[in-house]
Amino acid sequence: MKPSRLPLITTLLVLAFFYLPIGVLILNSFNESRFGTRWQGFTLKWYERLWEREDLWMALLNSLKVAVFASIGAMILGTCAAFALHRYRSRVQTAHALLITMPLVLPEILMGMSLLLLFVSTGIQLSLLTVTLAHITFCVSYVALVVQSRLQDFDFQIVDAARDLGATKLQAFLKVVLPLLAPGILAGGLLAFTLSVDDFVVTFFVKGPGSDTLPVVIYSMIKKSREFPVINALSTLLLVVTFAAVWASQRLTADREAREGSD
Amino acid sequence: MRDSRRELLATLPSFGWLGLFVLVPTLLVLAIAFRETDPAGGIGAGWTWRQFAIFGQPSILVLLWRTIWISALTTLICMVMALPVAWYLARVRKEWRSRLLLLIIVPFWTNFLIRVFAWNQILHSEGGLARFLRSIHLLGENDSLLFNSGAVVLVSVYTYLPFAILPLYAAAEKFDFSLLDAARDLGATALRAFWSVFVPGIRKGLITALVIVFVPMLGSYVVPDLVGGTDGQMIGNKIAQRNFADRNLPSASAMAAILSLAVLAPMLFRKREEAGKQ
Repeated sequence: MKPSRLPLITTLLVLAFFYLPIGVLILNSFNESRFGTRWQGFTLKWYERLWEREDLWMALLNSLKVAVFASIGAMILGTCAAFALHRYRSRVQTAHALLITMPLVLPEILMGMSLLLLFVSTGIQLSLLTVTLAHITFCVSYVALVVQSRLQDFDFQIVDAARDLGATKLQAFLKVVLPLLAPGILAGGLLAFTLSVDDFVVTFFVKGPGSDTLPVVIYSMIKKSREFPVINALSTLLLVVTFAAVWASQRLTADREAREGSD
Repeated sequence: MRDSRRELLATLPSFGWLGLFVLVPTLLVLAIAFRETDPAGGIGAGWTWRQFAIFGQPSILVLLWRTIWISALTTLICMVMALPVAWYLARVRKEWRSRLLLLIIVPFWTNFLIRVFAWNQILHSEGGLARFLRSIHLLGENDSLLFNSGAVVLVSVYTYLPFAILPLYAAAEKFDFSLLDAARDLGATALRAFWSVFVPGIRKGLITALVIVFVPMLGSYVVPDLVGGTDGQMIGNKIAQRNFADRNLPSASAMAAILSLAVLAPMLFRKREEAGKQ
């Protein structure tokens, strides 16, 4: 059977489709033209403008604050959830599993809207705190999923071994189980962090005055059709950070695999 | 007895949190959908069915219909594009596979709004693409590439395609491709082998990919808001408008309630089906 070239061609086209808009963004961030419609010469002035935008830096700080607390909260709750779901089989766990899936299937707008109603009807002031509470809520399920998949490969016999060697239950948990699961929990936490930093819709519903996160500010800049090149410059910087992070984590895992391979 | 207490201890944190911040708010939406409108904004007193009368209005029916066809079309295009890619990834040499997967995922670690914004610039009426299409008379003088439902579909495909590729690839990777050779040897055409052997073989991945694109599309809000214009609005935009512009929370809740039921009902149904099978 002669292999068809169609899959290869589609894959290349899809990759071009994925990277074309990103290329346009990067190119336009160095474009003299205000509207990026045609090339009018190289400039760095949009990066200078970006540097002067204090509201953006404040928003970035807000985003990071929320993401740190949200990922810590989600790591704790999600790990507990994963243990309970892995360990026990009961009616309670069936309901528990359903609750964990709900944030994964509910469209963001429903989540934002329902949380807004909760805060409004209980009289809680909208602020960075309500944003953090909302972010923890949609991050828990992702952490639970990641940790649960690690637990499936986890050999619980080593806990018995630790107990046989005289460890208390707490010691066995803290010194054996937790360190072994730490990479899984951290991976879940990292996922939560990126989801939190990226979130716009839920945040838009539950944010209060002065609690704008970076996506909220970017949204209002796009919406008001102002300073497009500054958004381009910001996007390019964020892209550089993302690619560097991906590259670094690739290098780390590649190094570890190489080391493990040589053992 | 002690075991059940430990179970409770492990379950309570996440159960309590999600109960308070997911289940209670969802029920709250269902309840507020039956409240009167408060002209001052907020939630009125008294109970009523009236908020659901909105679904009799032609403008809302148009919006609902558009929401469904935009979601369905986006899902279809994502599938058609993702299937060959998943196939290719499953068949390509291992060292290339991980590189290609990374290339597919990396753009989607950048901010979602920025990805939408990039299209905003490409499709802009003064942008290079629009001018080129005008110069070869494929686009009318006053037509725009931006602010219509076509733009919503295009940008939605862009944002959801990787979510379709990944589950399809995961299923295709486990598929035994020698089955296709067997089908060909038995006289099936390439297309026939694809449809009757490959597609059923990755059924689970297909369903996951369909759900993962279609369901969030129903609640789409940002993409139609930024590139849809008035002709590309979806039900999510109406919910947001009732919420922020009109401050009519009961009306927004009525629409959100219908959307929640549409989204959650299949999930509950599938859970029951799974439980039935066990």
